[in-house]
Amino acid sequence: MTYTIHLTLNGTPREISLDDPRVTLLDLLRERVGLTGAKKGCDRGQCGACTVLVDGRRINSCLALAVSLDGADVTTIEGLAEGDSLHPVQEAFIAHDGLQCGFCTPGQIMSAVGLIAEGQTDGDPERVRECMSGNLCRCGAYAGITEAVLDVQQQMSETEQGRKRA
Amino acid sequence: MNSFDYIRPATVAEAIAAAAEPGSAFLAAGTNLIDMMKTGALRPYRLVDLTHLPGLSDVEWLADGGVRIGALVRNADLAHDPEFASRFPAVAEALLSGASAQLRNAATVGGNLMQRTRCRHFADPASACNRRVPGSGCDAIGGETRTCAILGHSEACVATHPSDFCVPLAALDAVVEIAGPTGTREVPLEDFHLLPGDRPMLETMLEPGDLITGLRLAGDAAAFSAHSRYLKLRDRTSYAFALVSAAACLTIEAGEITAARIALGGVAAKPWRAKAAERLLIGAAPGPEPFWRAAEAALADATPVGGPDGDNAFKIALAGRIVTRALKAAAAGTPARIPALPGSVHVANGDPAHA
Repeated sequence: MTYTIHLTLNGTPREISLDDPRVTLLDLLRERVGLTGAKKGCDRGQCGACTVLVDGRRINSCLALAVSLDGADVTTIEGLAEGDSLHPVQEAFIAHDGLQCGFCTPGQIMSAVGLIAEGQTDGDPERVRECMSGNLCRCGAYAGITEAVLDVQQQMSETEQGRKRA
Repeated sequence: MNSFDYIRPATVAEAIAAAAEPGSAFLAAGTNLIDMMKTGALRPYRLVDLTHLPGLSDVEWLADGGVRIGALVRNADLAHDPEFASRFPAVAEALLSGASAQLRNAATVGGNLMQRTRCRHFADPASACNRRVPGSGCDAIGGETRTCAILGHSEACVATHPSDFCVPLAALDAVVEIAGPTGTREVPLEDFHLLPGDRPMLETMLEPGDLITGLRLAGDAAAFSAHSRYLKLRDRTSYAFALVSAAACLTIEAGEITAARIALGGVAAKPWRAKAAERLLIGAAPGPEPFWRAAEAALADATPVGGPDGDNAFKIALAGRIVTRALKAAAAGTPARIPALPGSVHVANGDPAHA
């Protein structure tokens, strides 16, 4: 049996035919639509390398069945930059050395984007570390990752205050 | 993962009818089910997708000050609902102490009740597990039992229920709303999960086709909001299941405890309500001595797996300490905001608890 689903992938509406309901969102992205940014680390929801945004919320794409997400809006690491202009979180990871080998980085960045949208950490490094605990980095770039997230939050809050003053 | 038919019902009635067939499973977020299907531990041949059903995703306030939580409400949404966190802070803290932000964004409250034990033998089809394959034996007993149950275990199964959320729910007399082939009914959360006995494959009181539609907390459970905590000990600071945990909820008037609710997690195949311990606290002034007596009462029937020197004997002492500490923290008062490390015994003192 074939299942037809509709997804918005990085802003573009797509109709996708699935010949098998077992396909996870991660496998759909990587194997069927050529978006290989989200990584398959553990494939069991333990490492966070597959993190993407679904309807604006960060989730583990390895544990979500694509067929069930019919109608969803999916953002992957490929959808963050605008042309050659990187997303502020991408810029901050570079500025703060928030990576070494880079395998976990797309998941870390998507998780950080989700964390900032959730608005629960208030510039507190301990809250940032706690809210990033679903993303493992075996190179141990955690210090730079935390600094990157704090820096972007600070920049965004200054921009927000600037807007309010204007 | 085995092949399965995917069904997307339009109504609760259709979902119940579809799932009444043997070999069916309900799919919500799938954060536990898909994982267990990947290992081969679970092999349903039909998945009935609940996520497109209307009317199961609301948090509704009731006239008595209680709350009805739809089964498809996501863990993160419930925990971050300011009104909910203010009335039921131990429940919000328990939710935020569990899993990771990504999993909490996906996982549903109904699914949380239905999650399976994290005993590694249950997850591994190459292991003997009476819970997964009735009569096949138990590779935990006689093997590594460090994380196994200390209360309510049997010769057939020593697994624990992994939920944090269910622990304060049991303490606060939550009610589970169920719709099934024969109509709707309600059951106290405390009676929802079953102890293993000689039939560990029966994990809950649900019958085929039964669907959790929601949970309710009564208004009187909010009376504990000023003195409610959930504390959890685990092998790492964050993103780990409880070795032992405790929810402690008190009301204190004129320096005297007037009501107490205590439940433990990580100790049994169900969230473990400790009513004898609660009774001991009534009329006592909050302090180390009554708290420790209550903890001893809560663990009075605890036994390690495999005799007094069993690998998990340490969990009895540890559980007593977490009950005592949760009571102390509850008596000190619910913090204005859930701590940076929810459920943690680490206190932010400037030194990062996280590496």
